[in-house]
Amino acid sequence: MAKKHKPNNVLPGFNLSLGYTLLYLSLIVLIPLSAAFFKTTELSFAEFWHTVTTPRVVASYKLTFGASLFAAVINAIFGLLTAWVLTRYTFPGKKLVDALVDLPFALPTAVAGIALTAVYSTNGWIGSLLEPLGVKVAFTPLGVVVALTFIGLPFVVRTVQPVLEDLEAETEEAAASLGANRWQTFSRVILPALWPALLTGFALAFARAIGEYGSVIFIAGNMPMVSEITPLIIITKLEQYDYTGATAVAVVMLIISFLLLFAINGLQWWSSRRNSASRGT
Amino acid sequence: MSAIVSQLAHYNAKVARSRATSEPTWVRWTLIISALLFLSLFLFIPLAAVFTEALRKGFETYIAALVEPDAVSAIQLTLIAAAISLPLNLVFGIAAAWAIAKFEFKGKSILITLIDLPFAVSPVIAGLIFVLIFGLQGWFGEWLIDNDFKVIFAIPGIVLATVFVTFPFIARELIPLMQAQGKEEEEAGLVLGASGWQILWHITLPNIKWGLLYGVILTNARAMGEFGAVSVVSGHIRGLTNTMPLHVEILYNEYNYAAAFAVASLLAFLALVTLGLKSYIEWQSGRTASANEKASDQ
Amino acid sequence: MSIEIRNIKKEFGRFTALGDVSLDVPSGELVALLGPSGCGKTTLLRIIAGLESPDSGSIHFHGEEATDRDVRERQVGFVFQHYALFRHMTVFENVAFGLRVRSKKTRPSEAEIHRRVHQLLSLVQLDWLADRYPPQLSGGQRQRIALARALAVEPKVLLLDEPFGALDAKVRKDLRRWLRRLHDELHITSVFVTHDQEEALEVADRIVVMNQGKIEQIGSPQDVYDNPASPFVYKFLGNVNQFHSRVNQGQAHIGDITLSLNDHHGVQDSDALAYVRPHDIDIFTEQNGHPTLHAVVSYIHAAGPLVRLELQPVNDADIIEAEITRERFRELALNQGSHVYLKPRSVQVFLETK
Repeated sequence: MAKKHKPNNVLPGFNLSLGYTLLYLSLIVLIPLSAAFFKTTELSFAEFWHTVTTPRVVASYKLTFGASLFAAVINAIFGLLTAWVLTRYTFPGKKLVDALVDLPFALPTAVAGIALTAVYSTNGWIGSLLEPLGVKVAFTPLGVVVALTFIGLPFVVRTVQPVLEDLEAETEEAAASLGANRWQTFSRVILPALWPALLTGFALAFARAIGEYGSVIFIAGNMPMVSEITPLIIITKLEQYDYTGATAVAVVMLIISFLLLFAINGLQWWSSRRNSASRGT
Repeated sequence: MSAIVSQLAHYNAKVARSRATSEPTWVRWTLIISALLFLSLFLFIPLAAVFTEALRKGFETYIAALVEPDAVSAIQLTLIAAAISLPLNLVFGIAAAWAIAKFEFKGKSILITLIDLPFAVSPVIAGLIFVLIFGLQGWFGEWLIDNDFKVIFAIPGIVLATVFVTFPFIARELIPLMQAQGKEEEEAGLVLGASGWQILWHITLPNIKWGLLYGVILTNARAMGEFGAVSVVSGHIRGLTNTMPLHVEILYNEYNYAAAFAVASLLAFLALVTLGLKSYIEWQSGRTASANEKASDQ
Repeated sequence: MSIEIRNIKKEFGRFTALGDVSLDVPSGELVALLGPSGCGKTTLLRIIAGLESPDSGSIHFHGEEATDRDVRERQVGFVFQHYALFRHMTVFENVAFGLRVRSKKTRPSEAEIHRRVHQLLSLVQLDWLADRYPPQLSGGQRQRIALARALAVEPKVLLLDEPFGALDAKVRKDLRRWLRRLHDELHITSVFVTHDQEEALEVADRIVVMNQGKIEQIGSPQDVYDNPASPFVYKFLGNVNQFHSRVNQGQAHIGDITLSLNDHHGVQDSDALAYVRPHDIDIFTEQNGHPTLHAVVSYIHAAGPLVRLELQPVNDADIIEAEITRERFRELALNQGSHVYLKPRSVQVFLETK
């Protein structure tokens, strides 16, 4: 107690709790993660660059990012729709639907993977309906999109829903009393208020999709250059005991994930500031 | 009187949105049906498929797949991994939330971001980093062999990977909750002569119990269901280092679909229980919150 | 444009918000709907605006049926209690909104929109805030922007829901006068809702006092204040003392005191409640032979333009409030504990109906 960090706070336990937090964080997260970066120093930059830009790896980036982006866009549109329907309308079974939206958070990814494969393969419930139309989902890049849509589904719904619930009915009434029709009110008044939350949900779904492994490998077919995602490349290299190669690809993914994390934090800060600014004064 | 008015306002806002701010019936139903169709394609039908596939070959095959020794040991290992990682992350979550919510210090927002890191890391990479440290060629590889202690392709590796991927859940749940509650009650406890541990036990923990429970069930669901990270460190040794999700994968790759879906249905059931508990907690904590609001209204 | 409201009823579940309300608002008047919270005044305002539809009854604008007309077509300006400004739009865009959402055919040109928005912003004396966002404004500024936004669509009727409710006392007073002046300039038929009797008395041409979904009285501020139509109106508009009395042939008896009344001449010996405003009580230090009410001064509030006295009657439990001028207070040289003799100057009685 000789030296207090802040004289105006009298609560005990600061040193203990912060010390433990930092220790545990370092042991479980920071030191292990730094191992990946240390490992890549075994490679020269040219070797590193070569490893992470071979055609097969580049094809996997394209698939991973392309499919993640596609899935995140689907989730942004239908997530907004779902959030809207759940906050604005009543229909039978609404509470159950609301609870089930979180299923992708709770369902193990491997289970999701085999379930989606069963449903979307050519003899599955949905796959068999799509086949006559010439659409194949399972074991194609489209299957990757389906799996990534599944695992990103709750993000947009759960970020948009609370904002939609908090919107004042008065604002919409004001727009109506000024002569705006329902579509004008939605596009000019409601949607702008939802943008930060929508974008945050989109970014979260996108970030989650990029790293996803379990649900994808069952439905993707995993054909090199066609339907092989980047996390699978890492696993393949590991199984061949190519630790440095696996780590090099992992480092590329880590850097991208960290950039996304910072972008998401920025977005959340922006949206909370926008929402709180109007409450004050 | 104020109760009637607030009830009325509630009624206005929730049920009878005024004519000017609601859509025509056909628009409403088109939107509801599109949303339900989307959710059916991606959620409801796959969920239903798990249970129908599991029972396709009859109830006896289903039970047989669950009581088979490899399945039983996979279930045991899954429970062990969850049972170890839960308390570890629980203690961390409370410590981190206490430091962050009750004190001001430099670098706080960086700390919060760092706690979020495991969310941003692909599970496969989460497994990889522990292989790099404890694997044969890893930092401690030789030392571990000399001392005859296995981490990778053994239970400690599985636990470590599980702890890593579930690391932020409880802390993320508690930090905003404790920040919102402020520190007045704790200070009051201090003034009345309570010790730090007494304050934590009698004041803080009761206040955050719903958030804590929420974090715990989320952590538990993820711990039991983790696939990618565990897959990298486990080595897939049947009966020894297979967790339930890994067991599902092996059965599936052996074309033993009925057994794969039987074990999967157990995990899906667990997921449904998790969602049920989650809804219950939300309902409960919402109820206490509104009860508090009502009390402070009067 | 005049508004005629005919037999409006509205229920929310089991709660009756409005029970058969009829009201005429003549063209160009500024009318206050006054009442306690939950009395139905806001519901009535929202029904006039078309934000809520009545269960039965009808609304006419200038003699034309408008009950089923959509809010978008009613040409009303509505100022919301919490302003409901669009927080992601600048002040300029907020005010321009109603013009911009018009169909291509009726939408003014960009230059015309600019001209009109700036004209309105000068009218509310906030032209310099055009590029700010609502969260950057003070409460009073937001209120005036909300008004400018409502006026932008050139409404035939202006409706304001608790227009000053969310402001602090000083700003409230300023804005109140400013609204009155603005109305005198524009002469637009206006209805505002308030629970503050002082606000209604100061600003409105006419006051509609409401209670429990019914209209208690309609009249000019002076009318409503001087001749309240019911005990409720009496109590709601300012402080009042209530006495039990007996009425007999045009005379009211409170204790030994007898006061003659303007009406109730045919009433034979019946129980009644008598109401006396605090400033309608004469105070004496001696009895002077007339029948009076004997009381003891229990508290003196001497801060303010009038001196307020709390008086404890010698043979009654209920405290009586009285207000006297400072000069009178000095003349009487009252202290806490002084014995005084009271005589109501004027009284209004309401017969007790059982």
